[in-house]
Amino acid sequence: MKAQDTLLYLDGVSVSFDGFRAINNLSLVLQAGEMRAVIGPNGAGKTTMMDIITGKTRPDAGDVYFNGDIDLTRHDEAEIALLGIGRKFQKPTVFESHTVEDNLVLALAGPRSAFSALFHRQSHDEAERIEDILYTIRLNGKRDWLAANLSHGQKQWLEIGMLLAQDPKLLLVDEPVAGMTDAETAETAKLLREIARTRSVLVVEHDMHFVRELDVKVTCLHEGSVLAEGSLDFVSNDQRVIEVYLGR
Amino acid sequence: MITQWLFTHVDRRGAFVIALLVAIAVLVPLSNLLLPATSPFHIPTYLVSLIGKYLTYALLAVALDLVWGFCGILSLGHGAFFALGGYAMGMYLMRQIGPRGVYADPVLPDFMVFLNWKELPWFWHGFNHFWFAALMVVLVPGLLAFAFGWLAFRSRVTGVYLSIITQALTYALLLAFFRNDMGFGGNNGLTDFKDILGYNIQADSTRSMLFAATALFVALAVFVTSFIVRSKLGKVLVGVRDAESRMRFLGYRVDRYKLFVWTISAMMAGIAGALYVPQVGIINPSEFEPANSIEAVIWVAVGGRGTIIGPIIGAVLVNFGKTYFTAAFPEIWLFALGALFIIVTLFLPKGILGLYGSWKARWAERVARKRDGGPPPVADANSTQIPEPQAAE
Repeated sequence: MKAQDTLLYLDGVSVSFDGFRAINNLSLVLQAGEMRAVIGPNGAGKTTMMDIITGKTRPDAGDVYFNGDIDLTRHDEAEIALLGIGRKFQKPTVFESHTVEDNLVLALAGPRSAFSALFHRQSHDEAERIEDILYTIRLNGKRDWLAANLSHGQKQWLEIGMLLAQDPKLLLVDEPVAGMTDAETAETAKLLREIARTRSVLVVEHDMHFVRELDVKVTCLHEGSVLAEGSLDFVSNDQRVIEVYLGR
Repeated sequence: MITQWLFTHVDRRGAFVIALLVAIAVLVPLSNLLLPATSPFHIPTYLVSLIGKYLTYALLAVALDLVWGFCGILSLGHGAFFALGGYAMGMYLMRQIGPRGVYADPVLPDFMVFLNWKELPWFWHGFNHFWFAALMVVLVPGLLAFAFGWLAFRSRVTGVYLSIITQALTYALLLAFFRNDMGFGGNNGLTDFKDILGYNIQADSTRSMLFAATALFVALAVFVTSFIVRSKLGKVLVGVRDAESRMRFLGYRVDRYKLFVWTISAMMAGIAGALYVPQVGIINPSEFEPANSIEAVIWVAVGGRGTIIGPIIGAVLVNFGKTYFTAAFPEIWLFALGALFIIVTLFLPKGILGLYGSWKARWAERVARKRDGGPPPVADANSTQIPEPQAAE
């Protein structure tokens, strides 16, 4: 497959930390508009893969292309974010001493220079976008709350809302339902499917129940490379996947 | 219209403090100059200069809080920018002495004659003009901060490592300025000033005007800080303080934001130093002592970091205490300062203003509970809350 036709293209990517190969000849391709779930045991390299895509870690070898022709290894975090890749962390990371609304204001797509921020005035358009997102992430009643006072699940949603505000082409979502109640998990799956209608999403998750609810193509990582790829049923029936991850 | 514009950028508390500072900038000189010395409302000149000195410290504290309280950059070397501003003003004041020095050289300051220098070093040129010196007061600390910040923030030096190199910066300058060959008067520094802008620096009226200028500059600093903190840029800064790498993944160039606020802060500190020197009459390398910078951190912590007026309260209160204690019980002052820092860190993490804020919140809660149920935890616009900085991931 050629990199030109894809949204995200990783080929032969390797990275090691102090001799430990966290990612080993990893290849993964994501089409525009696709949602993909990535599973795998602890230490399989899921988070490191996200670090590489978002510019936090530079690979020792291999190609990482976004949108066909943008070499992501040549850009840093802020540039990659502006290219249209948003990232949600494993631990919910919102700005606790800001209100829910201000969190979204900060994430909203727009000029990012210090000077424009100093004299920034909220436009009607921006206010509407924020209104929309607050509604989407089910936090419209809590816009004036400090993010610190939200529940764990609400923080996860706020962070997803911040990703939406960024208006990215690709969302990387790391364990969005960790620590959520069953009701919240179901709601989050619904939310992600809504989002995936207009953009590509890469979800890393341990919760197989949640992955089943997403109902998308699954990639299983193990020791830094792809072990199996396909529908959830196909992957979960793979002998090696059962051995290293699902357990017998 | 102007007041309306002011109010969109400053909260009520900030506006009150600005009004208060402008009022004392007018009233204190009037009381000193017009009221007879026997009047109970007469403020003697020594007190005018003393409060003026406290206000220059307050200005330094506001500058430090802008980077520490709002952006999480703990500088242990802000005294360096203060001292550099002070030296720039000191150089102007030295050039104003002219032939009235002990050696009566029309151009060379006394210490250069004493060291047998034949001509003025190149970097002393221009300092005979006030406008040039005033420019250098902001430019020299600003440029140093810019160069330092550009290197440090781009390499992502943060936290305690950054604090240590700011400390090293001020210590290096301390050692450099101690050297006679540097051309800044070595150990003795610059002193024996005569005039500023043609007015006798010892005269009551000049001292009153210096006081008024200081109060007005503190008011200006409160306005500038409020403007920055209440803008979207201010929200970005707080975001950087609380979750720096999150900010980066949102597409913000964190290093540039830090550099901006760091440079502004250094310039404010430079202005504070420039106002300090004519009021105390001397500038020497001891102003670069790391201990001075650490003391400034204590003022901010005591008053309440992450607030705009907390640092002013902290600087004035701690220095008032210092003046009193060093006179009454000189041997215990350092212990008292150390104890103060421990007490504030352990029991008042948000400083005096934080204490006031939590009292007010508790009072409001009690009133609300009497009226109906508990209120939802909505954000307070003047919130002084500072959560523990958390790393993204």
